[in-house]
Amino acid sequence: MAVDPSAGSALAAAPRRKLAAGRSVPTSERPAVKWTLIGIAVLFLAVILLLPLVAVFTQAFAKGPAVFLKALSDRDGVAAIKLTLLVAAIAVPLNLVFGVAAAWAVAKFEFKGKAFFTTLIDLPFSVSPVISGMIYVLLFGANSALSPWLKTQNLQIVFAVPGIVLATIFVTFPFVARELIPLMQDQGSGDEEAAISLGANGWQAFWYVTLPNIRWGLLYGVLLCNARAMGEFGAVSVISGHIRGVTNTMPLQIEILYNQYNFAGAFAMASLLALLALVTLVCKTVLELRFGVAASRRH
Amino acid sequence: MAAFLTRSTSLPISPGRSHRWSFAKPSVVPGFGLTLGYATTYLTLIVLIPLAGLGLKAASLGWEEFWRIATDPRTVHALETSFGSALIAALANVVFGGLVAWVLVRYNFPGRRIFDAIVDLPFALPTAVAGIALSALYAPHGWIGAPLGQLGIKIAYTPAGIVLALIFIGLPFMVRTVQPVLEEFETEVEEVAATLGANRLQTILGVILPRLTPAILTGFSLAFARAVGEYGSVIFIAANIPYKSEIAPLLIVIRLEEFNQPAAAAIGAIMLVIAFVMLLVINLVQAWSRRRFGDGS
Repeated sequence: MAVDPSAGSALAAAPRRKLAAGRSVPTSERPAVKWTLIGIAVLFLAVILLLPLVAVFTQAFAKGPAVFLKALSDRDGVAAIKLTLLVAAIAVPLNLVFGVAAAWAVAKFEFKGKAFFTTLIDLPFSVSPVISGMIYVLLFGANSALSPWLKTQNLQIVFAVPGIVLATIFVTFPFVARELIPLMQDQGSGDEEAAISLGANGWQAFWYVTLPNIRWGLLYGVLLCNARAMGEFGAVSVISGHIRGVTNTMPLQIEILYNQYNFAGAFAMASLLALLALVTLVCKTVLELRFGVAASRRH
Repeated sequence: MAAFLTRSTSLPISPGRSHRWSFAKPSVVPGFGLTLGYATTYLTLIVLIPLAGLGLKAASLGWEEFWRIATDPRTVHALETSFGSALIAALANVVFGGLVAWVLVRYNFPGRRIFDAIVDLPFALPTAVAGIALSALYAPHGWIGAPLGQLGIKIAYTPAGIVLALIFIGLPFMVRTVQPVLEEFETEVEEVAATLGANRLQTILGVILPRLTPAILTGFSLAFARAVGEYGSVIFIAANIPYKSEIAPLLIVIRLEEFNQPAAAAIGAIMLVIAFVMLLVINLVQAWSRRRFGDGS
């Protein structure tokens, strides 16, 4: 059954000679086909993704920098920016703690109903943002069962900041957990077991062993969570009541300015959020290239 | 955080206890009770109870009232617009998203890294920003709308605008599900096909495409599910005319603004049920295609 090695190399050399003569190899496309496909894909990405991004920044400065600054510095604009920052500052840490706890439970232990538990974590991704806002209106709104009690406690949730925070927590709920669960499952629990057998307590094992292993994935999850928290529109729109200067976040302020035909103002506000999106993308790319953080395929 | 510290030191008892109860496998790593307990409580309070509230509200309507809202022509039109546009957009994303994934994985060309990174833009860009940007571009006086208008094509403020916004929203789901499968595809398989006399098109359609089918189905269902519920990017580019270009999430918002909560809850429940059934069907098809074509993802 001995095979003459020279016969194999002669076979392998045959397609290479063809290639040198400008003919196609059977395992790749002809250059004309290849460049046509690249052309279509690049044109599609440029028109669908790149052009809207360019439009945001050019429209923002279409009426000059004075109009741009005015839209951001007027009272309602500043209030919207502050509210957006406040909401993200509450929602993101809460979902961060949840994400770490859920990932710890799922990745380090075997328990019954684990698959079901992980599916439930993903649930908010498959719910329309409008429905995400509505469920809290139904729960805490004027006609709800809780409404009389909330009134006696003088608690306002719907059409107020707590409702906006709740809706934002809901829509950004899975981000950190989604990012950490596969990462921590890949790493297993051998490192933590070693730390604990050497006398570390659970907290020390988490702080000195687990956290350094997951920090980049954690940062990536937080970035995505934050981008969504600051940009959420549908859920917040339903529950905020659109009270100018009080319950308007940046995306809602964009809608108001746009509907008033103040396009330059709307795009000025939009350009801040677009800048945030660009920073998020750059961080994501850097994290992937430098630290090999696996890109999350589900959002 | 302080609670974590004090609780976790006393926790190594709990895995032993749970072992007798056999809910979880025993482990020397502490924190099971604390982390799972906390995560479950948080999940229940934030997600499960509010969603159950929607179900209760819809159920409290009674069957007759529910049916009246569900068959109201405006509701039916809105649901048709949402699910129909989402279907067209997801199919368009199968073609273009698949092409983009192929080009990004298989070819090297100037700017490939940048185009690869920009694919995630719809994940990061707020939907309201995408909405006003798309509508400014495709409006009759926009950069793209003006030349298209001269050709007699209108996109903004028509149903085509809705599909366009949903293609934008869904694209990364398709690309990012197909891309890793293509990256791990063994080129030896293609060489074998070529050695056996297949031409390139036969290899792509007969060898590569079947292996990609499960990933394409996953990408399709993710893009579709996202598009069905999409609100922010669509309302700016659609004319939002009832019976014509009004999407179901917008109708929910309108009903809520009219303080007609029962109708809003009913439409929401219908959307969730239809979306759930469609995803179930897609999952079944996917399980079948996995058995038929092998594990592609």
